[in-house]
Amino acid sequence: MTTTAAPTKPWAKSPRDRIRDFAFAILAIAFSYAFVGVTAMKGKLAYAAILIIAYALITGVFAFVTRGGPAAKDAVIKSCVAIGAILTVLPIASIIFTVLKNGLPGIHLSMFTTDMSMATPTDPIATGGLLHAITGTLTMVLLALIMSVPIGILTALYLTEISGKFAGPIRFLVQAMSGVPSIVAGLFILSAVLYPITKAYSGLMGALALTILMIPTIARTSEEVLRLIPNDLREAGTALGGTQWRTVAMIVLPAARSGLMTAVILGIARIAGETAPILLLTGGGDKINPNAFNGPMGSLPYYIWKSFNAGSPEALTRAWAGLLVLMVLILILFTAARALSTRKVSK
Amino acid sequence: MSNATLVPEARKISTEPRRSDKVFRGIVTTGGLSSLVILGLIALFLAYRGYEVLQQEGLGFITKAEWAITTDDAGNVLESHFGLSAMLVGTILCSLVAVVIALPISVFSALFLNFYAPNWMKKILIAIVDMMAAFPSILFGIWGFLVLMPSVEYWGKLINKYLGWIPLFEVKPYFFTRSPFVAGVVLAIMIIPIITSVSREIFAQAPLDRIQAAFALGATRWAMIKAVVIPHGRSGVIGGAMLGLGRAMGETVAVYTVLNIVFQINWHVLLGAGGNVASLIILKFGEASPYEIKALMAAGLILFLLTLVVNALANVIVKSTGKSGR
Repeated sequence: MTTTAAPTKPWAKSPRDRIRDFAFAILAIAFSYAFVGVTAMKGKLAYAAILIIAYALITGVFAFVTRGGPAAKDAVIKSCVAIGAILTVLPIASIIFTVLKNGLPGIHLSMFTTDMSMATPTDPIATGGLLHAITGTLTMVLLALIMSVPIGILTALYLTEISGKFAGPIRFLVQAMSGVPSIVAGLFILSAVLYPITKAYSGLMGALALTILMIPTIARTSEEVLRLIPNDLREAGTALGGTQWRTVAMIVLPAARSGLMTAVILGIARIAGETAPILLLTGGGDKINPNAFNGPMGSLPYYIWKSFNAGSPEALTRAWAGLLVLMVLILILFTAARALSTRKVSK
Repeated sequence: MSNATLVPEARKISTEPRRSDKVFRGIVTTGGLSSLVILGLIALFLAYRGYEVLQQEGLGFITKAEWAITTDDAGNVLESHFGLSAMLVGTILCSLVAVVIALPISVFSALFLNFYAPNWMKKILIAIVDMMAAFPSILFGIWGFLVLMPSVEYWGKLINKYLGWIPLFEVKPYFFTRSPFVAGVVLAIMIIPIITSVSREIFAQAPLDRIQAAFALGATRWAMIKAVVIPHGRSGVIGGAMLGLGRAMGETVAVYTVLNIVFQINWHVLLGAGGNVASLIILKFGEASPYEIKALMAAGLILFLLTLVVNALANVIVKSTGKSGR
């Protein structure tokens, strides 16, 4: 008969430790209730603050008594670090919760089949819809994609495959470009294209501004992806007699396909909700406009903005419903990007 | 049998790239230079459109606070004063508030992600933080206006009540709505994911041998972080904070929804009167006359240069720490 020795984990928490941690938490909660009750403070903020301080103090004092000064510091910092993480996640939880709560009443099926040409934001919710906004956003994103994907990927190829003498400055400029405020991109298109050339709002103008905002995201993500392609592949291509062009087009890019898709999707997620340049450039029509080169074009951010500023309860519900649609769109894109990127580069 | 004709002519060997490669390199290099071209064009066009106003106002464009234009019925400009100082002060104030709030939270949560969180939690949290960075600003703006603002105003009143003797927190007249503090808190929530992910990456590069050495010497986790991680990542975190600062300065819609724009220099964080260059452009654009549009272009140029400088500095700082690890 053989017996296998179970591996010991001296660092793992014993049941006694768990009970003690639990008791400390209960103690901190009780203390915060008592403290807020006794003193003149009131409100959720007071409870939260006292709870945090009490928990840090209790664990700190315990560590000090059992293990001395450095351990006490460690315990206090541990609570601080946990609070930092909670404070980071809390807003996003609140945002998702509020959007769901306020947006769901405004969602109805006909909103995906009608536009706002026969309705104003203050009308009852059941009339009108955001078909024009969805088609407008899709059109503009598509146009922006057509322009920014080639430029973004070429930039990434320059940085990884050629890495000539401009590689350093260009990497720096792409970084700088990713910090260009969206309103400045909008003003630029306004001054460079809209006023001198077209003199009218259209979806194309919005798409041009979105292109500027999208290029750096695509370029930076693609660069990281291309960097992950093993150099062996490039050397194999050259060894087989391929020119650089054939190696890149037949070997490197196909190998990086899923990563490049991720880059494109992240780029879309970055610009889908961009509002400021849209407000400046597209004119925001209320009717479905399939022609991006002529006439004002609606879009989700513009629809949300217009409804939000109309102010009545119906309009606000519309804005929340629009936000919900936009958020779901971005969530889907983001999940797709993650699913693609976890497959990593095919070797 | 003749043996002279069978020897083929020696192939010419050269390192000269083929024509296809030359074309390829040409196209890729052109594409690569596009960022340079676009940035250059932005500066050029905004300067070209705003030149008239910049020339007329001179240095006053960034030192005066007045923003007024009067036109006659035909639309001719009778008198105009364009000064950006209140907006610039407001922009800097809001983004500084945002960084001051966001920096400690982000550093703590980056430390949590790297050194405290169990693996499964780490993966989920990183996904959430990345996703939060991709959320559109209009979402933060409307959420901030309808959900967050009442609480933040209450916090503002608390700060004023207990710390009102500090000149920065003075509020006269007693008016807290839509203050720079509110805008700062909303911006802080928007830049926390950025600073967190930069700090997280920098902290993850902390040399493992030193971390293990610290533990082997009996250091607690905090002692290890203080001795190894923080000295390694300090300037990277500063760079990340500046990246957040740059993002906060250029933010438009989120700030516009929660900030009360007043053309007067105001350093009091809690007072409901602020300014913001990007929001000014959205605010004035709708009814602006052609001449005022030129002033807005000039304002855009100033904002562009400001964010460019902050971002460039941030990138230099982040990059220099990535390498000088050991």
